[in-house]
Amino acid sequence: MNLIYDPWPWYVAGPLIALTMFILLYVGKQFGMSSNLRTMCSIGGAGKYSDFFKFDWKAERWNLMVVIGAVIGGFIASQFMSDNIVKINPEVAEQLSTDYGIKSAGEAYLPPELFASEHLTDPFVLSILILGGFMVGFGARYAGGCTSGHAISGLSNLQLPSLIAVIGFFIGGLVMIHLLFPLIFS
Amino acid sequence: MKYISYLTIGIFFGIIMYKSEAASWFRIYEMFQFGSFHMYGIIGSALVIGVIGIQIIKKYNIKAIGGSEMNLHPKKKSIARYLIGGIIFGLGWALAGACPGPMYVLAGAGYSSILVVIAAAILGTFVYGLVKDKLPH
Repeated sequence: MNLIYDPWPWYVAGPLIALTMFILLYVGKQFGMSSNLRTMCSIGGAGKYSDFFKFDWKAERWNLMVVIGAVIGGFIASQFMSDNIVKINPEVAEQLSTDYGIKSAGEAYLPPELFASEHLTDPFVLSILILGGFMVGFGARYAGGCTSGHAISGLSNLQLPSLIAVIGFFIGGLVMIHLLFPLIFS
Repeated sequence: MKYISYLTIGIFFGIIMYKSEAASWFRIYEMFQFGSFHMYGIIGSALVIGVIGIQIIKKYNIKAIGGSEMNLHPKKKSIARYLIGGIIFGLGWALAGACPGPMYVLAGAGYSSILVVIAAAILGTFVYGLVKDKLPH
């Protein structure tokens, strides 16, 4: 297999994610991506509307550098290290195609049915992107963390609150895919 | 100089997210359909190593660089905020097919529509800040 070009298997990616967390702990920080959204609110002046955004965001600049790095990493990986095609379980791909008309599994990295920029003028697609993003931002801050903060950092530190949050993540995800997708997409 | 190291950590993380396909909408959908072990393997193996590593850090009292304590604070006890907040997050994660880390990665990969998702996530965070005192925590 081609290590650079082929998708990385889980047993490569998982340990590297743990390594990312340990490096951040070693430099005295912690691994958590969603707190950047709060920092961005503060930078944008949200402190005028809620004390929740009145904090020393300059102390969080390191995490914004991680964000900028992640953007650059996405650029490097997509341009030089990937054919930008994700092959998933053929049965799941078939189901996406027949039930919801999302026929791009196995041909793209993200479904163009939802993420092609020319669909941004389609109110249905736009609502999905906005609603999805809104719930991610709202829910992550309400729960005090996202996949990195709770599912990786918190659970690694054996935090019961993080276990509750991760159970919540999966309840929400399963409800969306199994109960709401049939209503939204068909 | 310090910022360069955080930038490097971010680049490293971004490449992992993209190359492992954890940033792909399809992989998130497949995970919630229990169609593959892939995502469970990523989170599970990160966790096993994370738990063992943090136990070792605690047992041998390993310090962060410069001799300060590692940032391993216990989280405040509660059920409501973690469960309700978690469920809302999960609904969004499955719909948008991206959590906060991969959103930035996808922006770098050139998917301009993800900027709408990021803007909406910032808006969601802002609205949480406005209504947080009225929510059960």
